[in-house]
This record gives sequence, structure tokens and C-alpha cells, in this order.
Amino acid sequence: MDVSSLSKDRLLGLYKNMLTIRRCEEQLVKLYAAGKIYGGVHTYIGEEAVATGVCAHLRPEDVVFSTHRSHGHALSKGVTPGELIAELLGRVTGCSHGRGGSMHLFKPETGMYGSSGIVGPSITLAAGAAYTFKLLKQERISVAFFGDGAVNNSSFHEGINLAAIWNLPVVFVCENNLYATEVPFATTTKRPRVADRAQVYGLPGVAVDGNDVIAVYQSAGEAVQRARSGGGPTLIECCTYRTRPHAEGMREAGYRAQEEIAAWKARCPIKTFEDRLLAEGAATQTELEQIGEQVKTLIEDAAAFALNSPLPDPASVTEYVYSPMG
Amino acid sequence: MREMTFIEAAREGLAEEMARDPSVFVVGEGIGARGGNFNTTVGLYDLYGEERLRDTPISERGFTTLCTGAAAAGARPVVDFMFIDFLTDAFGDMFNQMSKLQWMSNGRLKMPIVLRGCIGVAQSNAAHHSGNYYPLFMHIPGFRVVVPATPADAKGLLKTSIRCDDPVLFLEHKNLLSLKGAVPEGEHLVPLGQAAIARSGDQITVVGIAFTVRGALQAADELEKEGISVEVIDPRTLAPLDIDTILASVHKTGRLLVVDEDFAPCGAAAEIATQVMERGFDDLDAPVKRLTGLFCPAPYSPALSENVVPTAPRITQAIRDLLAE
Repeated sequence: MDVSSLSKDRLLGLYKNMLTIRRCEEQLVKLYAAGKIYGGVHTYIGEEAVATGVCAHLRPEDVVFSTHRSHGHALSKGVTPGELIAELLGRVTGCSHGRGGSMHLFKPETGMYGSSGIVGPSITLAAGAAYTFKLLKQERISVAFFGDGAVNNSSFHEGINLAAIWNLPVVFVCENNLYATEVPFATTTKRPRVADRAQVYGLPGVAVDGNDVIAVYQSAGEAVQRARSGGGPTLIECCTYRTRPHAEGMREAGYRAQEEIAAWKARCPIKTFEDRLLAEGAATQTELEQIGEQVKTLIEDAAAFALNSPLPDPASVTEYVYSPMG
Repeated sequence: MREMTFIEAAREGLAEEMARDPSVFVVGEGIGARGGNFNTTVGLYDLYGEERLRDTPISERGFTTLCTGAAAAGARPVVDFMFIDFLTDAFGDMFNQMSKLQWMSNGRLKMPIVLRGCIGVAQSNAAHHSGNYYPLFMHIPGFRVVVPATPADAKGLLKTSIRCDDPVLFLEHKNLLSLKGAVPEGEHLVPLGQAAIARSGDQITVVGIAFTVRGALQAADELEKEGISVEVIDPRTLAPLDIDTILASVHKTGRLLVVDEDFAPCGAAAEIATQVMERGFDDLDAPVKRLTGLFCPAPYSPALSENVVPTAPRITQAIRDLLAE
């Protein structure tokens, strides 16, 4: 897809979304280093193009089920930076009211149906939401994000098979970042091209450069359109890379080479998109700098909001174990 | 009142709820045109078609977690798992997703899902078709556990379970399925968390669970001939557990025997006994006793099965023993 086929608003919107994720993650890294975050932090740095390109096609009533590496999905599906940072700071203003932290982000009112610390179920849960939309004849779709670590789990086989045989309105987005935590994907499968598996289940599968937001946007657009028009599910493999450790504070040594990290950093999805926008005359340096300033302010305000937010009431911890109706 | 079997009564409850609410759908193996291995859905496929009576591959983790997502998104799935042993592949996602999504989302997502199917040691079903497993779900915050013992309760509790916004394990003991009893027509709803006094008495309280309620009633009949008065309590739901009804009975009788065909360690009987000890100690004239299943997988041969679950004669003896203390 040529960038000139997209409106300027759309292009700058994609850019701003990616930059918002990046700057928010950098803020969280700082807060973690300062000892202000209680639990794990799994950053999305390097993978911003995937959530951005997919979620740009979604409506608020569409739903997303996500993974432990979910900040980018949440920010792209209606969670504000303030709500995300506050969640990791354990504040009541967090998107999950301080119950979840980095891995458990919920905002159903904007379609963020939650991220999971268990690898795999996002696939089957998303298929299930799609079952409801089809049953109730709603024009909504569902998206599952998952990593390469999920594709050898039974959730992948069972969830995708069920979605295919029942022709469900769901998009399966595999973020193949080459490592399941710290186990190289290539050592866990004889066929390390995830998209090829789609053929076995009888649904369309496509592999795209997950660091190219336009490529992701184009593939996701086709998949979303297919789902929304009754054409059933699609599997998209986005080939990407996380340039920080699995979680903040974890050591990098022993499973991947510094040269590999450096090579992927050079393919930064934001920088390459900037270069392309400028080279093709789709945006000016000034426009991009203005967006950079807006995002900087947005994240500063978000961090201040989160740091000034109250902690949750200890007495509230047993609420919603059961529904109020019982 | 008309009589029907346990399974017919449950089916009537399901049919009424499907007619009432178009978001109710059933998934399971052979529950479509075939009507279910245990006739749970006979006749419904012709009324509602494949989207609401969905035959599945043998993919329990897949379709159970799919239904979890479906429930979060606003439908009311009923997972017809046939034998609870088949559900075990789904336990991980049930514990991590189904039971927790309401809490994790601060009540913004609901989880109106029913998991219905058979439990119990019966008919030489052996090690892979005889599980009970309900204490696992009593142990996890978020689940409701329903164990009806009569046809009327099968209908009334299934209707309530389908309307409940929480995940409900609706567990049908295989030995009860063909039991006949009076069943109210139309809107018959039995609340969760309300035990039934299956038989009144004043010398000893016996709590049964599902099929052991029948055994306890038979034992009570037998002992009545000797002038022994046994009160039999049917909790009907284990989560929530109506401990107040049990405590009130123990207050009257001073003795408690809990009869459960499931395993003893960390089991339903242990939970009931502990709660009565904590809250009703002063009412007890003797230690609380448990009569439970043996701590081993269910065997095939009837010769091996003899002592595996509590039978009416063994319940009778246990009552005598406890009265002698």
C-alpha cells in the first residue's frame, strides 16, 4: 500500500498512536527504575506498529483480547496513558482500578476486554466474543492478539479451528517477536512461519512486516472487512521484535545477540515511518515535531495524573468476585 | 402435580429459558440433532437450529473458553460437557479466565455461563467417566456449584443458573437422571444458596450431596422403623453454601453426619464439618462425622466398587455409630 492512498489525518493518526505507545512505555521504564512500580513491566517497545495498524480499523464496540505484553493494545483500544500508568502504579484510577497491573488491563467500555497473564486464551476468548456477535446479529468483530509463544499451545489449535468451522467474525493477530519469553521460536517448531498454519484450518493467513505500520494497516483492513462482512476469520502474522527485555529488570544475556537487538532497533517502526512520511512528502518535519510535543505533554500529564491518584480502598478487594445479582 | 424424570425436568427448564432469552445457546458433543448423550436437549434443535444448539468437536478447552468469551460479550452459553471428566482439559482456563474475569474487570464484564453435565460413580463407568470434582470449584472464588437431588430442583435450579450472571457448575448425578418426581409447571425458580430439609427429624442431622441425599433418605426410612428420627438436609448448592440451615438443624439434633461420595481430603464434607465446628460447636453432642468416597479412582468391577461410595446400609450404620457416641 502506498502512503499516498491514505488521508493525512490517518497517517498522522497512526504516527501519533505509535509515538504515544513509545513515550508511555519510556515513562513506565523510568518509573520502574525509580522503584515506583510494584510488579512486572512488559514493554511493547519495537512492536508499536502492530497494535496501531490493527486497532485503527476498530470501532469502540469491537473488542480486543490481549496478552501479557498488552500496553500497546490497551492504548490503541481506548485506555488513556493516564489510566495505564495509574494501573501500573496500583492506583484506583488505573484502567483495572489497581487490580491488575501490567498484564491485566481492562476497559470494556471502549472494547478492551482484557489482557491475560496466561499465554493462549486470548485466541479462544476472542473467538467466543465473535460467537456472541454472530448469534445476536451484531455488526461487531473481535480481535485476538497473541505472540509466537501461543501458537504451540492448544488454544491456538482449538480456538482457530472453532472460529474457522463456525465462520466467526474474528481477526487473529500473531505478534511473532521471535522469542517466547526467552526461548527462540525457531527451536519450538519445525515450521516457523505461523501464517502457513492458516491453510490447515481453512482460513486466510498472511505474514506481514510487523514493523511497517502501513503493511499491518493494509492486512488488518482486509481482515477486519472480511470479518465484518460475514467472511469469517483471518490469521495475520506480524513479524516484529521487542527491543527491551521480556520484562523490565530481566537480563538480556544468554539467549539473543546484541547485534540482533541493534539490527532490529535500526528498523524502529516509528523512525522508519517518519522517514517514509518525509521522503514521500506526506508530512513535514514541523508537523511531526508538533505531534512529538503533543505526545510529550500528554505523557507528562498522564504521569502526573497517575502519581497524584489515590490508592484503592482495601475493603473493595472482594467486590465483584460474584455479580451483584448473585 | 405431574411427575417427570430428573432429566426431563432439567430439559423443560432449559427449553423454557431458551424460549425466554435468545442469547441462551448450548454447546457440546452430540447435543444438536441427536439431542444429547443424556437426552439433555431432545427436541430443541428443531426449534432453535445449529447456532443455538451447537455440536462441537472434541475440543473441551476450546469450546469452554470460547463460551467464556461469548459470556463476557453478552450471551448466555450452556456448556453441556456430558461427563465432568471431559471438562478437565478446560479447568485451566476456567480457573484463570472464567472465574476471574468479573473480578479482574471490576464487575464491568459479566460471566453468565452454565457448565452442566454428569458426575458420580455409577454403572461401572470406571476411572474416566465417574468424577465428582466439585470441591475444586468450591475452592475457587467466582464459581457457583449446584448439585440438585430431585427433578423439581433440577428444573428450578437450572433455570436460576441460566439467569445467574456468574459461572455455574450444574452437576447432575448419573444415578438421579431417571428418578421421577413431582415438578411444577412453568415458572419454577429455586434460588441458589438455599438448602432444603429433605426430611424432618430431631435426633441426628444428615447432610447428603446429590445422590447421597437419596441414600440418606433411605437410611432415615430404615431407622424410623426403630423409632430413630433423622433429619436429612439437601444443600442443593455447595457454593453458595446455606450453612445456616445446617446449623439450625444441628442446633435441634446435636449431631451431624455429612455423607459425600466424593473424596474426603479438602472436600465438601470437610468444609461443612469445619463451618459447623466453628459456628455451632456448642450445639454438638458428639464430633461431626464424615462418610465419604474412598480415596481412589473409580473402578470398573462391581466387586471393587462395593466400598467406594457410601450406600444406604453404610449410611444407616454410620448414623447408628454416631448416635452411640
